[in-house]
Amino acid sequence: MAEFVMPSLGADMGEGKLVAWRKKPGDAIRRGEIIAEVETDKAAVDVECHINGVIERFLVEPGQKVPVGTVLALIRTAAEKESSLPVPPAPAAMLTEKPTPAAPVKAPAISPTAPAPTAYRPQITAAESRLRISPYAARLAAELGLSLKGMAGTGPGGAISARDVAAAASSKQSGTGSAVIPAIEADTPHVRMRRAIAASMSRSKREIPHYYLSQAIDFTTALDWVTSENGKLPVEKRMIHAVLLLKATALALREVPELNALWEDGRSVQKENIHVGAAISLRGGGLIAPALHDTDKADLAELMQRFRDLVKRGRAGKLKSSEMTDPTITVTSLGDQGVDSLFGVIYPPQVAIVGFGAPMERPWVRDGKTALRRVITATLSGDHRVTDGHQGARLLVAIDRILQEPEKLR
Amino acid sequence: MKNEDIQKAIMKALGDIAPDADLGSLRPDRDMREELDIDSMDFLNFVVALKEALGVEVPEADYEKILTVNNCIVYLAKRAG
Repeated sequence: MAEFVMPSLGADMGEGKLVAWRKKPGDAIRRGEIIAEVETDKAAVDVECHINGVIERFLVEPGQKVPVGTVLALIRTAAEKESSLPVPPAPAAMLTEKPTPAAPVKAPAISPTAPAPTAYRPQITAAESRLRISPYAARLAAELGLSLKGMAGTGPGGAISARDVAAAASSKQSGTGSAVIPAIEADTPHVRMRRAIAASMSRSKREIPHYYLSQAIDFTTALDWVTSENGKLPVEKRMIHAVLLLKATALALREVPELNALWEDGRSVQKENIHVGAAISLRGGGLIAPALHDTDKADLAELMQRFRDLVKRGRAGKLKSSEMTDPTITVTSLGDQGVDSLFGVIYPPQVAIVGFGAPMERPWVRDGKTALRRVITATLSGDHRVTDGHQGARLLVAIDRILQEPEKLR
Repeated sequence: MKNEDIQKAIMKALGDIAPDADLGSLRPDRDMREELDIDSMDFLNFVVALKEALGVEVPEADYEKILTVNNCIVYLAKRAG
């Protein structure tokens, strides 16, 4: 009998809440099919089964929160089914095989770095948990360190809106109004997300010796190409330049495969498939970086559709478990607005992260002449246990070269 | 098409993209990308939503003409049937 356990959906996950089963006992299930919906501190995830077989029974009820590694279900595999065909075991024998219904859930197998399930759990009162409040207002209140208790809500059904929070903040400043509590005491999704990011990024900075490289790239040709392509396309099919960056990075990784790896059991394991994790900022704060599977093999149009879908589902909290667990490297881009470069923190167990700033107009010297060009700065943060600046530089130089011939990216 | 209907369509599109945003406090003469913290993917989805709601396909070269709600209304009013 195979065990289906609460998966680890990222370095920052210690436990997960089983939201719903998507199958019933007795159902056949194939590898890759969705078996359950699980909620982590960062996202609601459709969990795919990694076993072919028939679901024997469920050991965890929807609504339960259990540590990573807890057995959630027992699955009779195809091999077992076949071998039991000639001589079907007597029902009684089957029964003794199974754990009794009262059997406690297996001892939690928490990884040593995961936070204890009860650590840092802020206390929330029943009254606060029932408050009607928009996510944006909750984030604002947490950031301002304002208590939601007793705050007047003027939104629909008495819900607290961002405007109410702002009003409470200004009355606090003028010396009247609500008491201030530390932001850490609020248990909003935003706070839980922040805590999950804190756990994985602290681990990254503690365990991974980062090195950093940057390369300014003339992005003008690529941007002009995107504009010209988009001119021929209906609005639903238009591309954003981030897709070129994802594809170019994936192609460059073919040339420097050492950076397409995961740190497993104290050593670097190079991965054959290139699954770029695309960092997506979430409204209300926080970020996720789900995988665009086989980024190097998809053409740009397909990649754009998949990226759009990924952003949509990521922001709606509807990702699949393979998307959460498969990235072999992360690409993070701060978009069209804002800073000219960013240096990412590696998301364990990955060994590198590539960052892109916003394209900026710059004087650029080419063939002895100065011209105004749109320049984008690519950066690499690499795990020094795995690679050196030499390999890292090869990746950035390859990305630069690939972006100069955007028509080949298709 | 009346300007109010266009404004309604714009607000609905923005509400779908930024469901948590307080649209009431959106300043109609400011860049909506900064006002609502929306990125290029969001903005593309906004343009797609405008096409679906009003039948107007905004070319990429005209994006800069629809960055504020006020400008967007003027732009769409000229083109919507």
